[in-house]
Amino acid sequence: MSIVEVRHLAAGYDGREILRDVSLSVTAGDVVAILGANGSGKSTLIRTILGLVPTSHGEIQLFGTPQKRFREWERIGYVPQRLGAGSGVPATVGEVVASGRLARRGVLSFPRAADKAAVRDALTAVGLLDRIGDPVATLSGGQQQRTLIARALAGRPDLLVLDEPNAGVDAASQEAFAAALTRFAESGGTIMLVLHELGPLRPLIGRAVVVHDGRIAHEGAPPEPAGHHADPDHDHVHPHADEVKAGICEWAPAEGTKAY
Amino acid sequence: MELLAYPYMLRALAGALIIGLTAPALGIYLVQRRLSLVGDGIGHVALTGVGVGLLTNTSPELTAVVVAAIGAVGVELIRERGRTSGDLALALLFYGGIAGGVVLVGLSSDKGNSNLMQYLFGSLITMEPRDIAVIGGLATVVLVTMLLLRPALFALCNDEEYARVSGLPVRTLNILLAVTTAMTVTIAMRTVGLLLVSALMVVPVAAAQQVARGFRSTMAAAMLIGLVSAGLGVVVSAEANTAPGATTVLMALVAFLGATIGGMIRRNLRRRHNRPPVTADPPDVVLHG
Repeated sequence: MSIVEVRHLAAGYDGREILRDVSLSVTAGDVVAILGANGSGKSTLIRTILGLVPTSHGEIQLFGTPQKRFREWERIGYVPQRLGAGSGVPATVGEVVASGRLARRGVLSFPRAADKAAVRDALTAVGLLDRIGDPVATLSGGQQQRTLIARALAGRPDLLVLDEPNAGVDAASQEAFAAALTRFAESGGTIMLVLHELGPLRPLIGRAVVVHDGRIAHEGAPPEPAGHHADPDHDHVHPHADEVKAGICEWAPAEGTKAY
Repeated sequence: MELLAYPYMLRALAGALIIGLTAPALGIYLVQRRLSLVGDGIGHVALTGVGVGLLTNTSPELTAVVVAAIGAVGVELIRERGRTSGDLALALLFYGGIAGGVVLVGLSSDKGNSNLMQYLFGSLITMEPRDIAVIGGLATVVLVTMLLLRPALFALCNDEEYARVSGLPVRTLNILLAVTTAMTVTIAMRTVGLLLVSALMVVPVAAAQQVARGFRSTMAAAMLIGLVSAGLGVVVSAEANTAPGATTVLMALVAFLGATIGGMIRRNLRRRHNRPPVTADPPDVVLHG
């Protein structure tokens, strides 16, 4: 079944086109990584699919329905790059994650036992249940990212859309959410994620889409670490400017199967 | 305390308590959105509404709600559209509002300054039973909306894009928030006055967030602080013969100071409590000499 269908999409902000002619198809159970340089349009692509960036040409279908008429938002779990700018009003981890239930339970109804259970399950999945009553501002960057993933999981979505979930995240958190995403994929969930580099998520990715200059430059099996990147001792630290080249050029295409 | 034997003082107290409870319940969403000063701006616009009311001999409260609501929705549309020129557009709207208000009030039949001052700084003790009914009615609508829609409004103010992807009616909720802001400004106009409206929306929230850990507890604490500040403000101002609105705001600021200092002390104690014994760590560098 087609989950996301994008045909000849062009989009951008304030008349400036960032995406030109992008076509993409994601079917149920796919795990698709969207790779590309800073400014290539990879984040804009998922944000346009979710309706956060206006479309100038082309069409988008979500779960078989044109995006403009799509109403089953509870089927989509969105994980933005970071928690909205800290406003100073404290919020607990549990309160933030409970927002993820709104799409399912509706604006006017009160949370029921099932909603509370879903919040606890989602926090368990990312290993943060013990922090449920803590203010999110006291969490590390990686733990905040896991909170956002728990918020998306709490809605029990069919499709998870993540925007650079492992940017600036500590190793423990990377492992924790790689595990959570693996479980989600194993249970039949579909995942689209924007990534700067594959990292510990590499075994999970079934297909990689490389966005370059607003177009899809390559689509296929995820790149294997090559050259010195493949060395087990390589600790994969490089200056930011080089990351992109490493991602696009040093490829050795492999089998397009999911490894989990 | 025998002052409370006078009906007008009881009405003043009732009016103050209503707004003390309501303003922070709405203000917390504005603070969360980093729009702490928007209440102030809507207050400026409401003054034009007062002027229209006085000039046309209709209830100034009614015209203030209507004009403030139009202003608030306008601010919301500006905010939604462009993020760059919004700041300047807001300034134009606010100063247009207060200038228009001053001119219109001046044109109305009783040209006294007292009329203007009454709306700018509040006039609790001139409240009639009918005023209390209007304030009570509007406050009930605001309070019920804020409490009933708390999860949705929290999600909206915490992360608007996420709220959009959750399928929440973002535009409707934004406009609802704008209109309830206008209603709150109008009811606060009689107690603290338009120039201090924003203080009652923001200061109790600022105080509460020094000590609370979650959004719900911050909201409850802010409403309590607002209620107590308003009550104390009326009583103290009656005893000390000061302006009730300004006294109320000073009470809230005292609560803020108290909460800030209390929060600091508590954090320090906790840190000291959690710190491992100093002897456990060998020094990094040992100087011989």
